[in-house]
Amino acid sequence: MQRNIHIVGIITLLLIAFSLWKLYPPFDIKDAEGTVIEKGKIKLGLDLQGGMYLKLAIDTENMPKDIKPEEAVARALEILRNRIDALGVAEPIIQPEEDKYIVIQLPGIKDPERALNIIGKTALLQFKLVDEVNKISDMVDSQGNTVASKIPENVMVLENKEGERMVIEKRDILTGADLVDAKVQMGQYGAPVVGFKLSPKGGKIFGEVTGDNVGRRLAIILDDKVYSAPVIRTRISGGEGIIEGNFSLEEARDLALVLRAGALPAPVKIINKNIVGASLGADSIEKGKKSTIIGGLLVFLFMAIYYGVSGLIADFALLLNLLFVLGILASLNATLTLPGIAGLVLTIGMAVDANVLIFERIREELRTGKTIRAAIDAGYNRALWTIIDSHVTSLITAAILFQFGTGPIRGFAVTLFWGIVVSLYTAFFVTKAIFDLRKQYTSLSI
Amino acid sequence: MIELLKNTNIDFMKLRKIAYFISIVLILNGLYSLFLVNKGKARMGLDFTGGSSIQLKFSKDITVEKIRQIAEKNNIKQLTIQQIGKETDKEFLIRAGTGELQTGKASEQLVNMFKSETGDNEITVVATNEIGPIVSTQLKQKAFLAMFWASIGILIYIWIRFKFKFAVAATIATLHDVIVVFGLLVFMKKELDLLIITALLTLAGYSLTDTVVVFDRIRENLRNILKFPFIDIVNKSINEVLSRTIITSGTTLLVVIALFFWGGDVLHNFSLALLLGIIVGTYSSIFVASAIIVDWEIFEKKRLTKK
Repeated sequence: MQRNIHIVGIITLLLIAFSLWKLYPPFDIKDAEGTVIEKGKIKLGLDLQGGMYLKLAIDTENMPKDIKPEEAVARALEILRNRIDALGVAEPIIQPEEDKYIVIQLPGIKDPERALNIIGKTALLQFKLVDEVNKISDMVDSQGNTVASKIPENVMVLENKEGERMVIEKRDILTGADLVDAKVQMGQYGAPVVGFKLSPKGGKIFGEVTGDNVGRRLAIILDDKVYSAPVIRTRISGGEGIIEGNFSLEEARDLALVLRAGALPAPVKIINKNIVGASLGADSIEKGKKSTIIGGLLVFLFMAIYYGVSGLIADFALLLNLLFVLGILASLNATLTLPGIAGLVLTIGMAVDANVLIFERIREELRTGKTIRAAIDAGYNRALWTIIDSHVTSLITAAILFQFGTGPIRGFAVTLFWGIVVSLYTAFFVTKAIFDLRKQYTSLSI
Repeated sequence: MIELLKNTNIDFMKLRKIAYFISIVLILNGLYSLFLVNKGKARMGLDFTGGSSIQLKFSKDITVEKIRQIAEKNNIKQLTIQQIGKETDKEFLIRAGTGELQTGKASEQLVNMFKSETGDNEITVVATNEIGPIVSTQLKQKAFLAMFWASIGILIYIWIRFKFKFAVAATIATLHDVIVVFGLLVFMKKELDLLIITALLTLAGYSLTDTVVVFDRIRENLRNILKFPFIDIVNKSINEVLSRTIITSGTTLLVVIALFFWGGDVLHNFSLALLLGIIVGTYSSIFVASAIIVDWEIFEKKRLTKK
């Protein structure tokens, strides 16, 4: 028995040290201005710290036939990473899901609208010649709608920024893939434009085509919209040019950013968007804390009042329980969500169940006239299987919720699972070891 | 030593016929609720229906009617608009069915619309959740799979640990708890979402706690006491463990009550489901699980004497 106390004591001390080491500081430490000095060890979910969650589906119907869906996802991932890096978000998560979808999580993002614009743009840049032979009036029905069957094979109809239809040759002269750089410049009338630089090969083609087509118009097309179609006055060598389009400074800056990062292989569609504002997240943390403290205190007080000193021992085990669970969360790099806090609170309630069962059994054994020492041992032994049976099914549920749950619910499953596992240890071994510290009892407060 | 209940001697099993009646009514209500869900007549949450739920904060006063007017002017007709928090918060929860607003752009759509109509009223998006049809279908499937596998997992454990009769009774009690709470939630017109499903599954896992405590004692007493009729052993067992049944449920109930009152809107229905579940679970450990084995035993005795 003495040996058991030592083993439990050492394990428990190690666990305490481990948890404290993994856990400190649990939350962000901020200075007076509110900038983070040291990051907290507990990773908070988007529902608690605020941020944006996006699930994107690649629009495979509008994808060039020569790329496979998996390739498209892989390329889109890389390009989205570039774009988000350029946007400057701390700790973004960008990952594929089921080979078809892309999940993006941007914690603590300040301007979700801008991020959405940057992420959602396909940014397919194309240079094509304007067709001057075929007329749009030959391709419409009596209502003025474009009729697909009337459009000649080699051309397409696109709109410009003003919504007018233009006939454009299908042949690509160059695309955004030939770009090496793009940045904001000030245009002729002081309006921002996006200046681009082509690769040497692209520059050469650009020079040849413009040289051969002086007098014709060159359409600069972004995501199937004609941004401008200037007349080619002379051969353009040097491989540089500009995109005009009545941009605001911010629009021009973001366009340059997406052009630098590259085009997505196909358009993406947002199929799930979830934004939680920072204030709402902070509010949730407050509520989570409050309910944890109130719930915890109620249980603490009840145990202490109802079971006296023994209740206090159970309370001590409960404190260890909370510490260990948080320590495990931090070392697993698991995310704490609002339902996760609920799971934590719930395990406080469930964790004492084990001690209640043991204490009630001890009381019963005492009534049969056993010595205190014998009653304690019998209480622990006889309650063991009852406790295990009553907790295993909760563990099963937690594991399955983790398997099938989405973000916040996974957070719940994790805290519930570890809360129960840890409570079995603290309720059983830690409290037992404390009772075993004394060999003989003359009285017991239970 | 403080004792909540001392040497009780309640004849629980005498009450079991009334309890059966109550349980059957509640189960029928649960099954009816399933039928309602199946017919699409229950209140389903965004997770399963798809659509948008957008929480906006205005800088200047605005009314629900005004918001509706602006939306209707812009041809958005099917909105549910609800003021939340205090009136001075100027916060509104606006919900739209699937297809009404574009998933991924819904919050921008609304903000731009209100900005152009109200001029200097600054609008911030407090939160938005926009779920497209693909995702809501996936979530439905996942919820279904989770329920399926959790039931299988729990049943396997029960059947490994208990003898046939007890396993059947424990299984019925567990299913009883989940279906009864589900029915009560639908009856109260609570919105069914992923968190409610999570609560129901948690409940399925937790429900066994009280049943195990009672069953363990019945098995123990069956071994030690031979001369009592079976029904008396069950009654004696329930009375012996009554205080621990109530205290274990009670401590969990305490924390769930804390969640219910102070956990905020997100956890409100979740904790309500757990609250109901804990109460129903305690009830069913006595009046469903124990009652079934009593009647089973009586049925077997009758059959034997007839032979």
